Amino acid sequence: MKEKVGVYVCHCGSNIAGIVDVEEVAKWAGVNLEDVVVSKDYKFMCSSLGQELIEEDIKKDGLTRIVVAACSPHLHERTFRRAAETAGMNPYLTQMANIREHISWTTKDKKAATEKVKAMVAAAVERVKLQEPLEPKFVDVNPNTLVIGGGIAGIQASLELADAGYHVYLVEREPSIGGHMAQFDKTFPTLDCSACILTPKMSDVGLHENITLMTWAELEELSGSVGNFKAKIRKRAKYVDEILCTGCGICIEKCPRKVVDNVFEAGIGVRKAIYVPFAQAVPKYPVIDTETCIYFDTGKCKACEKFCPTDAIVWDQKDEIVEVDVGNVILATGWDLFDCKRIPQYGYGRIANVFTNLEFERMCNAAGPTAGKIFMRDGVTEPKSIGIVHCVGSRDKNYNEYCSAVCCMAALKFGHLVMEKTEAEVYSFYIDMRPNQKGYEEFYQRLLDEGMNFVRGKVADISDVPRLPGEEGKIVVQVQDTLLGKQRRIPLDAVVLMGAMEPRFDAKELGLKVGISCSMAGWFTERHPKLDPVATMTDGIFIAGACQGPKDIPAAVAQGAAASARVQGMIAKGKVMIEPIVATIREESCSGCRICNNLCPYNAIDYLAEKEVSFILHELCKGCGTCVAACPAGAITGAHFNNAQIFAELRGILYDAMGETERVPEPAVK
Amino acid sequence: MSDKGKLALYWAASCGGCEIAVLAINEKILDVANAFDIVFWPCVMDGKVRDIEKMPDKGLDLCLFNGGIRNSEQEYMARLLRKKAKVLVAFGSCAHEGCIPGLANMNSRDEIFQFVYKDCPSADNPKGVLPEVETKVSEGTLHLPFFYDTLKTLGQTVDVDYYLPGCPPEPERIWDAITAILTGKLPPPGSVIGAETTVCDECPRKREEKKIKEFKRTWQVIPDTEKCLLEQGIVCCGIATRAGCGALCPQVGSPCIGCYGPNAGVEDFGARMMTAIASVIDSNDPEEIDRIIQEGIPDPVGTFYRFSLAHSSLRRSNRAGNGKPAAKEEAEVSGR
Repeated sequence: MKEKVGVYVCHCGSNIAGIVDVEEVAKWAGVNLEDVVVSKDYKFMCSSLGQELIEEDIKKDGLTRIVVAACSPHLHERTFRRAAETAGMNPYLTQMANIREHISWTTKDKKAATEKVKAMVAAAVERVKLQEPLEPKFVDVNPNTLVIGGGIAGIQASLELADAGYHVYLVEREPSIGGHMAQFDKTFPTLDCSACILTPKMSDVGLHENITLMTWAELEELSGSVGNFKAKIRKRAKYVDEILCTGCGICIEKCPRKVVDNVFEAGIGVRKAIYVPFAQAVPKYPVIDTETCIYFDTGKCKACEKFCPTDAIVWDQKDEIVEVDVGNVILATGWDLFDCKRIPQYGYGRIANVFTNLEFERMCNAAGPTAGKIFMRDGVTEPKSIGIVHCVGSRDKNYNEYCSAVCCMAALKFGHLVMEKTEAEVYSFYIDMRPNQKGYEEFYQRLLDEGMNFVRGKVADISDVPRLPGEEGKIVVQVQDTLLGKQRRIPLDAVVLMGAMEPRFDAKELGLKVGISCSMAGWFTERHPKLDPVATMTDGIFIAGACQGPKDIPAAVAQGAAASARVQGMIAKGKVMIEPIVATIREESCSGCRICNNLCPYNAIDYLAEKEVSFILHELCKGCGTCVAACPAGAITGAHFNNAQIFAELRGILYDAMGETERVPEPAVK
Repeated sequence: MSDKGKLALYWAASCGGCEIAVLAINEKILDVANAFDIVFWPCVMDGKVRDIEKMPDKGLDLCLFNGGIRNSEQEYMARLLRKKAKVLVAFGSCAHEGCIPGLANMNSRDEIFQFVYKDCPSADNPKGVLPEVETKVSEGTLHLPFFYDTLKTLGQTVDVDYYLPGCPPEPERIWDAITAILTGKLPPPGSVIGAETTVCDECPRKREEKKIKEFKRTWQVIPDTEKCLLEQGIVCCGIATRAGCGALCPQVGSPCIGCYGPNAGVEDFGARMMTAIASVIDSNDPEEIDRIIQEGIPDPVGTFYRFSLAHSSLRRSNRAGNGKPAAKEEAEVSGR
């Protein structure tokens, strides 16, 4: 039977019609392409009128295949599949030609653009004729959720899900949840105590019956797909039995080994080799850091064991791999601080009294190494003047082009805290002041009133070499004051560098594990930057908080809640549609060579030893085509992307380039 | 004349192994002789092209044609035999997919002539004489076939009814094909007569999941006798090669080199091999992957397209002018 193809060319307002002669294309397709019985152009195919146009033609002209030449299928494939389905056609008998993103937006020459569109339409027509009706499957959604990262975004997401009655596995790399928020003293612009608002949530997590908390743990491997993931989690050995340990802290007190804490105390404080990062840590159980523990180094000591009243120290504990089944995954892995040593002219690491923002957070914190007192590096002298340098590693082509979003407000907060706690004069060196959320501008005005000095200009150099009188023993900030229009040298006692927020060092690796991608800067990529900010291109994987891009606490909390709402939606629905676009192994052609066995990113391929063939589990297959391409025997076919369809598409695209004299071999048939 | 069918066998651009393979069916050749009158077999018996030319169209019942199309004479014979034969079989790898002679598609005619007649260490050609289509001598004009720039397969030249793969086809498979033709139990025209699975299916070696850190050439290792050769880092094409040979090579520790061509439904043998091999390289570091490939597979075309370059999607190395002038020239010479 001959197919009856309908071709619909969208103007997309002037997006396509501005550069492509859509009427000409529609006319051309109707005349020149075989089996095309209807060919039309329309202003907005995605409008309900556009969809109705297709539905009417299917009913009136008995169309059996539909081609819509419009935007990316990412945007409207579902729309047109649904329209076809409404008119009683199998939705997989439609095909989109992306003539907007691929042609009209990228081509300047009108004639060339129109010709390209013809080739794309010809390709879609040739292909759609060979498309087969497919039926989607539905699988149950496992109501458990894996949350990776126990910062404020992950905590929020976990609590919302747990409070709704669903089980959460919360995995945290550090010994305690809390994340960066736990390091802060006050939060802007309200100046409420960070710990006071965070720790209640932390203990809620620790005590919640619906949350399984795994700290000192990392995701090892994720397999499966939306609705039914299997996660392998490596729980690193803590050398502390959590059942016996009461969290009394005697072991920590008695541990003779003090080490600089580069994580929680940002390098300005110390901890022991057996430690909890901070007093309100959740869980309360300490861990032994084997790299610094004297026993692990020399085989002697065991002070912790000797003094432990409950015999909770276990030397032969091993890393444990825990497997959990979940339906959805939320990544809330946060951010790393920019390494300020990368800007040598700012002197961090060389000039003692140049601090990073995280160091300063710890210094301001009443529970920090200085008990909240602001000192110079010597730990005793109060500075008389402090400069705060904005945009260190942000908004800078040499490092990161993006704005880290929180530093302006954090700098203002620091200014306030310094003036509250000391007599020091405070300077802010900013490029642009960006207090752009609720209550932020007011906070900026408050700091202007409180007498913080603002110098608009990018700092060129921070030096401890005096050149002018009055600079001896000082740190001199050299800056172009763009409001005064002159170079200034400002001698100060201490400088705080507002280091940029950067993606976690291993974000790409984690992205690969769960099958999502990162932006050029390294942040996890959301499904849509405006309309779908917490979903990703991989169904069932959500992102929340700073792992998606720099953001402050309210934004991270909002995303944590949003991600949990999305997951709850999935769970409430109970079933998830599995696209029927899957790969199948033709058993007769499979020789069991096992090339494909390791390749599947979704672990959908099984090897049946007794039959000596490989087998694809359709519930897990996402139709990515990796195995189809890799199968040396051509035994694997990807539904909707089989050889005949792809070669037809190629022939269509080359419709005007197929030479007369060359014999082009037909695709091999079995 | 008897009422037996008429059989022709022809030899174009190939080594002659296929001719021997026909005889390797041993005493069954007598059954062939019982079923057919062999009317044309230049390798074995005297025969004249003009006798074939005079035959009525479809006057031959079966033609087994081995060899690719390297020059204008071979193309003429291919077209002639196509016209005269009811069933035309591309016999063996050369006719099927170009085989070793097809590897010359990595070079142009000029390059081939330059090497063969001038640069080759054994060439003794002080005057630098090259073959010419016409050479005038005192006695008249001598003619030689025109040597094409690109070797074509039989299927790229004329319509072929059936393909019989192998370099050469195994005797059992030849007999299977002849039986199929005699009994009429044939797949649809244009098909390959053969298995639908690959050499691995016939190979007794043990296979595991594959992760390859280093490729080794055959002279570098004495392979383990039990384990899959590919898993030992030896590039074995058995994974992609149509079954039918009984896995002769891998059974004795020598990797499959792909002479039986691609499996049913596969377009491009080399592309299949490359994607498969690339998929199991055990590294995510682009530099390391590059090193593994450079060191282990110094001749990718010779490794992956040893038998199928002429039949592949690309067919040959790139030429200036996109191949069009040469194709035109060939078309003129071959009278198309």
